[in-house]
Amino acid sequence: MDIGELFLSALEALSLNKMRTFLAALGIVIGIGAVIALISLGQSGQMSVQSSIQSLGSNLLTVIPGSQRSGGVNTGFGGATSLTYEDAKAIASSPQITTVAAVSPELQRRAQVTTGANNTNTQIIGVTPAYETVHNISLQEGNFISTDNVDSMSKVAVIGPTTASDLFGDGTDPVGQTVRINKIAFRIIGETVSKGGTGFGNQDDLIMVPLTSAQKLLFGVDYISSIAVQAKDANDMTTAQNQIGYFLLARHHLSDPTQADFSIFSQADILGAASQVTGTFTSLLSGIAAISLLVGGIGIMNIMLVTVIERTREIGLRKALGAQANLIVAQFLIESIILTFGGGVLGMILGTTLSYIIAKVISLPFTISLSSIITAFGVSAAIGIVFGWYPARKAANLSPIEALRYE
Amino acid sequence: MATIIQASHLGKIYANDSVNTVALEDVSFSVNKGEFVAIMGPSGSGKSTLMHIIGALDKPTSGTYYIEDTEVNKLPENKLAELRNKKIGFVFQAFNLLPRTTALKNVMLPMIYAGIPKAERERRAKEMLTIVGLADRMDHTSSQLSGGQMQRVAIARALAMDPAIILADEPTGNISSVQAGEIMKIFTDLNKKGHTIIMITHEPDIAAYTKRVIQLKDGKLASDQLNGHKFYGHR
Ligand SMILES: Nc1ncnc2c1ncn2[C@@H]1O[C@H](COP(=O)(O)OP(=O)(O)OP(=O)(O)O)[C@@H](O)[C@H]1O
Ligand SMILES: [Mg+2]
Repeated sequence: MDIGELFLSALEALSLNKMRTFLAALGIVIGIGAVIALISLGQSGQMSVQSSIQSLGSNLLTVIPGSQRSGGVNTGFGGATSLTYEDAKAIASSPQITTVAAVSPELQRRAQVTTGANNTNTQIIGVTPAYETVHNISLQEGNFISTDNVDSMSKVAVIGPTTASDLFGDGTDPVGQTVRINKIAFRIIGETVSKGGTGFGNQDDLIMVPLTSAQKLLFGVDYISSIAVQAKDANDMTTAQNQIGYFLLARHHLSDPTQADFSIFSQADILGAASQVTGTFTSLLSGIAAISLLVGGIGIMNIMLVTVIERTREIGLRKALGAQANLIVAQFLIESIILTFGGGVLGMILGTTLSYIIAKVISLPFTISLSSIITAFGVSAAIGIVFGWYPARKAANLSPIEALRYE
Repeated sequence: MATIIQASHLGKIYANDSVNTVALEDVSFSVNKGEFVAIMGPSGSGKSTLMHIIGALDKPTSGTYYIEDTEVNKLPENKLAELRNKKIGFVFQAFNLLPRTTALKNVMLPMIYAGIPKAERERRAKEMLTIVGLADRMDHTSSQLSGGQMQRVAIARALAMDPAIILADEPTGNISSVQAGEIMKIFTDLNKKGHTIIMITHEPDIAAYTKRVIQLKDGKLASDQLNGHKFYGHR
């Protein structure tokens, strides 16, 4: 009996026990599929968050009002009112602050935006011309908001491509059109180039207006929600953070840094915090994946062990008819290998397809990690092969009669 | 006449959790080539146990056992497998067909292990099934066969390798007397062709087809007679 015949016998045995084959393969398919899909999604999410934060620019500092320790009560991210346009102007013009290239004061709110036909709820950002440099905005058409626009509180707006197509449809040129933001008419003077960002920090779905117009005309406030500061050099980040920090403390007449009514984050800080969150998220998914693998593994193990009695009798019979013990073990080993590899490949296809579809549906980047495939495959293959081979080896060492009587 | 089976002082003790069952005790006999022997005895007297030892499927706990010039107890595992494959055709009390497998494939099974090419296997298996009268049932699986038909598949499988010795454990135990008659005719024909046949049975009229009857009682050899009630003697 050569290897080809053994292989055929193994295939035949698998096709004769369709239910057993199906259930064992199912355990493997689910185990591997779930691990691949879950790990892949976790990593896609992590990548998406990281790339969103990185797209902020590596020289960027963000100053927000409020601090984490204002008298024991956290005023919340961007909830406080302690930063003003004047603070931003002072930072930009201060001779003490030497490391700063551009300062962009911003006021962000959501508002209802309407045209004649359509309406949408989107992000409104009050900006100064510095916003264009600090956030790397490029225009596909028209102009960005000018110093004049800010000084004269103009009712002009620059629109993101997603908002533009929401409001005007895909073909229409938005520049020159009018939108009503909180019922006040604004003329569109420019449209930005798509940055392709998604979900978190989408930079295509927004409308920018002059900061002063946002403060006075739209929202009736005199504070701003954040100041984005571009450092001259990535190596100056810490210096810039300190210079701005002490400057603002002095401006706000505060002597003790622990009393600061503002916080300054670098992109690295945000990335660090976000990584912690997404890391937890990925660990959680990995935990679920590990449980799936365990459940799949137990499924494989169960079905292999449940059929041990029948298979032990089969082995006894084969021995009684003159089969060599090592030949029987080889056949069972080949059976297990076919089963685990077949199931493994199906599981990979299932897991990959599933994570691809989910990634597309919730518009995440699609990644597959080789290590998750190898781990999942290794674990299920080991379980399948061990629990297929070990009982066979045990049975093959019994006398034919003992094996035939096994119960 | 040449001796094909020589059993001396065979004993078998089953040791299960502190309880020892003596299934065979000091059983000696020999069988010549071409004999047709019936083993009889009450239920539990050790008939199947003895048959398994003769068929090299189980080992005695004492005594020696030769097939031709080979001391079977001393054979290594792979030689035992070869012996079972080439020299002995065993028909089990419980048929022991592979489930969900066609009659044809069941009969082909021992030939796979002998390394016989596929075409030849199939040809011989068909021939054997025809001999036992199952030419029209080759593609039926065991669940699609009657008890007597399963018994005949088991016989065809035992014949497949054209073994010198055919051992049958109650081949007529589970079937009607008409079918039993057919099966005994097959065995008688095989015996005429020169196969040595040892068969267990409960029924005297089945034993009457054979030429010699060995009686077991409580694991011991009680009598060994030629048919026709003439004393044959312990040998
Ligand atoms: N694996 C075993 N473990 C313990 N005792 C056993 C085992 N197999 C058989 N026996 C005992 O050995 C004795 C002989 O059993 P055996 O099967 O040889 O009887 P038998 O003559 O074939 O009976 P039957 O006519 O009912 O088939 C019985 O008492 C039985 O209980
Ligand atoms: Mg019996």
